[in-house]
Amino acid sequence: MEDFRIPVGERASEGVDWVVENLGSLFDWLRSVFVGMYESVNWVLSTPPAIVVIITIVVLGLFARGWTFAVASALGLLLIVGMDQWDNAMNTLALVLVAATIAIVLAIPLGIAAAKVRPVSIVVRPVMDFLQTMPAFVYLIPALLLFRVGVAPGIVATIIFAMAPGVRLTELGIRGVDRETVEAGQAFGATPGRILRQIQLPLALPSIMAGINQVIMLSLSMVVIAGLVGAGGLGGDVITSLNRLDTALGVEAGLSVVILAMLLDRFTSAFGERRGLYAALRKGRPAVGNV
Amino acid sequence: MSSNEIVLKAQGLYKVFGPKPDAAIKKIQGGAPRDKIGANNTAAVIDASFEVQRGEIFVVMGLSGSGKSTLIRMLNGLWEPTAGTVDILGDTLTGVSARKLRNIRETRVSMVFQQFALLPHRSVLDNVAYGLEIRKMPRAQRIERARKYISMVGLDGWEDKYPKELSGGMQQRVGLARALAADTDVLLMDEAFSALDPLIRREMQEQLIELQSELDKTIIFITHDLNEAMFIGDRIAVMRDGRIVQIGTPEEILTDPANEYVSQFVQDVDRARVLTASAVMQPPAALMQLPGGPRKALRIMREQQTSACFVVDRHRKLLGAVTDREALSLLRRGEESLTDHLSEAAQTTPDTLLAELFIPAVESVLPLAVVDERGRLQGVVPRVVLLAALGGEHEAGVNAQPIPPALAPSVVEDALSADSGPDVKPVSTASTVQPQEEDN
Ligand SMILES: Nc1ncnc2c1ncn2[C@@H]1O[C@H](COP(=O)(O)OP(=O)(O)OP(=O)(O)O)[C@@H](O)[C@H]1O
Ligand SMILES: [Mg+2]
Repeated sequence: MEDFRIPVGERASEGVDWVVENLGSLFDWLRSVFVGMYESVNWVLSTPPAIVVIITIVVLGLFARGWTFAVASALGLLLIVGMDQWDNAMNTLALVLVAATIAIVLAIPLGIAAAKVRPVSIVVRPVMDFLQTMPAFVYLIPALLLFRVGVAPGIVATIIFAMAPGVRLTELGIRGVDRETVEAGQAFGATPGRILRQIQLPLALPSIMAGINQVIMLSLSMVVIAGLVGAGGLGGDVITSLNRLDTALGVEAGLSVVILAMLLDRFTSAFGERRGLYAALRKGRPAVGNV
Repeated sequence: MSSNEIVLKAQGLYKVFGPKPDAAIKKIQGGAPRDKIGANNTAAVIDASFEVQRGEIFVVMGLSGSGKSTLIRMLNGLWEPTAGTVDILGDTLTGVSARKLRNIRETRVSMVFQQFALLPHRSVLDNVAYGLEIRKMPRAQRIERARKYISMVGLDGWEDKYPKELSGGMQQRVGLARALAADTDVLLMDEAFSALDPLIRREMQEQLIELQSELDKTIIFITHDLNEAMFIGDRIAVMRDGRIVQIGTPEEILTDPANEYVSQFVQDVDRARVLTASAVMQPPAALMQLPGGPRKALRIMREQQTSACFVVDRHRKLLGAVTDREALSLLRRGEESLTDHLSEAAQTTPDTLLAELFIPAVESVLPLAVVDERGRLQGVVPRVVLLAALGGEHEAGVNAQPIPPALAPSVVEDALSADSGPDVKPVSTASTVQPQEEDN
């Protein structure tokens, strides 16, 4: 038994090496795209004074959920400023927004395809299980090799890690749409595309929004880990505090992550539920699904 | 149901779910029973053939799992039949392209669903206009059309509500309006009223019949409720284990069930709401045609051993009735004519439901006279016959004794011989009264 060894790791490593060697230019291009996206979003968040960004977020919060949430977000964001973590937090937020957006843009069509085409579902499901259960750090290694140190490997690892619930809940949501309602579309002569747009997607929306919410939350946790590969932001400080056993810095950075997480979570779940001023302005339109 | 144009025609339809449908059909055609066609194969519909005429309400009835939903979904191509064909007004639905199929659905056949299947994120108005939107009708036009049908199903003022804000009955009205607005030749309804409360359900059934007579729609209606089937169906197809076991009018199915299964099935049906006077009426036991006097009437009653006699004119128009006691006293008083001494006979029409005959039957001593629209006597419904028909035994009433009992023959005999007049032959009463007889 001593000699029994299947060289899975070796092969994987060889594979990555081969890709680096042969597809290097493709990854360079991708890297510049990711970095460009990150920098633009980060510019928007970091250039204006903190107070302007805070007011904007509070107003959005008011629309999305109402007064309590608006006040709570104001307090949380001010605390971040007070802990001197504002710039880090905005960097992290920019990373999350870019990574989560790309993950969602990939996940929803994939989820739709899986719901509509059986073979796609059969292939996609185990792949998503694999991607989500593999320890998050492992993605950093090939990402680092392919994209070099910086935000790009962080974004890529985050996309891969966070995509799964988006795909799964989209597929589940569409499959869960009442069969008779879909048949109604067919019975009146609607094309599959129209049924998707006018029946399946609207009715699956609560489930899809839950998926988006999870993608964003997973992105945030992964972006912190991405501090390991030099993605910066709050993750960078968390890693630094770990290396230096700096409790104070660790608590401040960690607390900022928690505040960001709660903000993002409440925001995204609000759109699924249609609450706050937004809903009040569109009075009379009940939310789809749970009323 | 006037024109005999065939709108929808199903021929040899089969639907087998499972891995080897074609082999399963071969086995069934070779005589294999439904449960011996290989594991995992379910024969949901077996060899279904029928034709539906324009303006007809064709009901498919059967217990849960008998294949009704599967059958109706083949009629608009939601499910492709394993074998057989469906034609709607000459367009074949089976084996055509998806585009052609959508086209047929847009214009030829629409559907109402058991759980309503409305779009929850659209208003009532937009739900009703859905079929028209798919057909690319301009917005203003389709809104106008949708309003018309919303009003037709009695939902005026609810146009801007959302389905969740409506009761079940109202939601199904929206479903009905949506299907009607599409203005297709055929309307399919899969257990459309099964999810509704009994009272609402009755109301919807009546509304459907009303709308049908107004719009002259061809409707295929699925139900597992025999009373519903009998109430709304012009013809009924009874399904059992995937097969159609009988097709016929409600009365045919009630009075002449094709087999033991159907007769078991129709046992509990509310016959009073299905059968009409014409289905149970009998030839009157005693019938006298004028001219003729009390003597002739008494003689007829004596021969038939009944206590009353209906009197008609030469064209079989019902004039009234006379009882043996009345005739006897007239005879004793020496009256020659009956014309001024007839009592009024309770009347009804051939299409009246038995349910509506109870009160008149109780109030009348004589059997109810069934007369056509020109007042001619078609037959009579004695009380015993009415009750026997409700119990499902049409023959039992025939030999029942008349109520009140006839006078003792000796009394009549004495009276007749005491006052001997010209002998008159009684009108033959053995056969059903035929209206055509007026010509002789
Ligand atoms: N998609 C399917 N796959 C496999 N079997 C099916 C499928 N749909 C229906 N069946 C089977 O076909 C048979 C007939 O089903 P169907 O739904 O047509 O019955 P039904 O008369 O409409 O019953 P119900 O009154 O319960 O609606 C049942 O035995 C059912 O289990
Ligand atoms: Mg059914």
